Amino acid sequence: MAFPEGTTRQMFKSQRLHDAAQEIPPVKRIVLDRPPTAVPPPVLDGDGSPRRRPAVAGPERLRLQGVSVSYAGKAAVKDVSLSVHQGEVLALIGPSGCGKTTLLRTLNRLTELTPGAMRGGSVLLDGNEVHELADTELRARVSMVFQQPNPFPMSVFDNVAFALREQSRKRPRRREIEPQVIEALRRAGLYEEVRDDLHRPALRLSGGQQQRLCIARAIALRPEVLLMDEPCSALDPRSTETIEQLIGELSRELAIVIVTHNLQQAHRVADRVAFMYLGDLVEHGEVEQVFRAPVAPRTRDYVKGVFG
Amino acid sequence: MSAFPQSVLPAKVPRPRRSSLRSWRWGDRIVYLLAWFSGLSLCLVAAALILYLGVRGIEYVSSSLLFSRPTAGVDQSQIGGILDPLLGTLLVVAIGIVIATPIGVASAVWIVEYGRGRAGRVLARAVESSIEVVAGTPDIVIALFALTLFQLGAFGFLSFTAQGGGVYGRSFMTAGAAVALLAIPPVFLATRDGLQSLPTHQREGAFALGKTRIATIRRVLLPGIRPNIGTGVTLGMGRIIGDTAIVFLLLGVGASQRFDFQGATPGLDALRGTGSTLTSYIYSTSPAGEGNAPQKAYAAAFVLLLMVLALNAFAGFVSGRGAGGRMSFGDRVRFGAWA
Repeated sequence: MAFPEGTTRQMFKSQRLHDAAQEIPPVKRIVLDRPPTAVPPPVLDGDGSPRRRPAVAGPERLRLQGVSVSYAGKAAVKDVSLSVHQGEVLALIGPSGCGKTTLLRTLNRLTELTPGAMRGGSVLLDGNEVHELADTELRARVSMVFQQPNPFPMSVFDNVAFALREQSRKRPRRREIEPQVIEALRRAGLYEEVRDDLHRPALRLSGGQQQRLCIARAIALRPEVLLMDEPCSALDPRSTETIEQLIGELSRELAIVIVTHNLQQAHRVADRVAFMYLGDLVEHGEVEQVFRAPVAPRTRDYVKGVFG
Repeated sequence: MSAFPQSVLPAKVPRPRRSSLRSWRWGDRIVYLLAWFSGLSLCLVAAALILYLGVRGIEYVSSSLLFSRPTAGVDQSQIGGILDPLLGTLLVVAIGIVIATPIGVASAVWIVEYGRGRAGRVLARAVESSIEVVAGTPDIVIALFALTLFQLGAFGFLSFTAQGGGVYGRSFMTAGAAVALLAIPPVFLATRDGLQSLPTHQREGAFALGKTRIATIRRVLLPGIRPNIGTGVTLGMGRIIGDTAIVFLLLGVGASQRFDFQGATPGLDALRGTGSTLTSYIYSTSPAGEGNAPQKAYAAAFVLLLMVLALNAFAGFVSGRGAGGRMSFGDRVRFGAWA
C-alpha cells in the first residue's frame, strides 16, 4: 500500500497526531459521587444563542423546551432546553448513562418504541410539536445514524432505494430513483468505492463503508436534521476521519446532532457542545467556550485536559 | 516466520497421557459405553432401514412403475403403477404448504412484532399455546375433526355432494386443508425464532428512516429471515409427506385409487375429487391392506423415503448447517439475487 498519495496522507496524519499529542493530554476521569451542579440554561432568544460561525448557521430547526424523559418512572433526561440550527453541528457529550442517547432518540420519537418510556416538555420541529406529526413523516425529516452500522440485508442500491421508496403510494421504478440513489451515495462519499457494483450485498462492505451507506440512506430523503449516535465508535481511525469530514460537509445543508464519547471528536466536528450529567443539561454553548472556559465545575472536571 | 528462535521451542510438545478407561469410575464407564451403544445402534437402524428399502425398492422401481397409472385388478402385483399416488403426494403437499406458510409466517410476525402491551402479551401466549396444542394433536384426531367439519354443508364446494345433499367431505382440498395444520407449527416456530434473533437495531434502522411497521416487516425483516422460513417450510413439507392418517380419512386409500375426475371442469374437479398419496398407497399395497402387493409397497416406500431424505437435506442446507466453510446456502438464498 505504498502509494505516493497514501504516504503524504500518512505523513500529514502523523504530523497532526504529533501536534494533537502535544496539545491534548489525556482526559481526566471525573468523580462520580459528587452531586451535579446544574447551570441554568442560557435564555433562548429569537435567533438562538450566539454561535461561533453565525455566517454559516441557518434558521432554527429543532427547539427543545423543558424536555424530560423517564423509563418506567425512572428519570433519564431532566428538563433539557436546547435549540438546533441548520448549518451547525451540536455535540452531546457526557459520561455513560447520562441521557445523551435517550435525548437524541427523543428527537425522532424512537424512545416511544421502548415500553414504559414517557416524555414531558416539548420538542418543536420548525415550530410544530413532533408528537403532532406522523411518526413516519417526522423520521423522514429527522433521520438517524446509529452507533452500530446497520445496513439492511439487501444490495447497496436497494439499501438507499428502500429509504426513497414507499413514501409514495406508487412504487417508483428503479430507473426513476437511480439518480437520487447515486446522489445520496455521492454525498455520503461512498459512490466512488461502490460504483462498479451497486448490486453487491451491503453486508459485504467494510464497517466504515457500511456506516457511510447508512449515512447515505439517512440523507437520501433530504432530511432537515440528522441525528448521529456515536457514529464512529465501532470504526477504525481512518474511517472515523472520513466520516468526520463528511459531517463537516453535510453540516452546511443540515442541522446535525451528534452524540459522542470522544471529546477530541466533539471538538473537531462540533460548533456547539452540550454537556449532560445524570440526565441534567449541565452546560451548553460554543465549542471553544465549553472546552476552554467551562462555567460549571462538573464540566470543567469532565473536559479538563482537552486543552492543557 | 516464528517469533521465537528455533532453539527455544521444545523439540516435541509433551502431550498429556491418554487417560485409560480403566482409570474411570464404574458409573462413568457405564454411561460412556451406553452413550456409544445408543448412538451406534441408532446409526445401525437408520442404515438398515435405508439399505433394506433401497435393496427391496430398487428391485421394483422402474420407469413403467413410476409413470403408469394404478389399475384395478385382482393381482395388484402384476398391473398398474404409482403415478397417481406420486402426483397425489405432490398435490397434497402443495395445497397444504400453500395454506400453512402464510398462516404460520403471519402469526409469527404478529407474535413477535405486534404482540406487545398487556393485552398483546396475553393473546400472544394464547396463540403460542394453541400452536403447541396443534403440534401435539395426533394426526388421526385432526383427520376425524376435519372430516366432521368438511362434511358440513358450508364446505360443500370443497368436495362432491351426493344426490340427497350430503357433503362427501373427502377430497384433495379437504385433505390439503387438514394437513396444513401439521405444517403450521414448524413454519411458525422457525419464523418466530428467526424474527427474535434479528437485532433490534435493524428494526430501529428502518423506523428511523420513517418506515411504517409493515414496510419494515416486508422489506427488511422477512427478507432477513428467508433462510429460517425456508427451513420451516421444508420441515412442514416433510411432515405432510409422511402423514397417513389424514390422507386415509380425507382423501382415499386403495391400491387402484386414481385421480377422481367427475364433472365438467377438469382442474377444479381433480381438486374436489378423491385420490391417494404414496403413504396411503403403501398402506393398501402392504400385506395388511386389501391390495397386498408388497413389491409395489417397497417401491413406493423407497420413493417416499428418497423424497423425505431430499427434503431433510435441503432443510439442512437452507439453515446453513450443510455447507461448512464455504458460503452457506442460507447466505446464498439471502444474497442470491445480488451475489
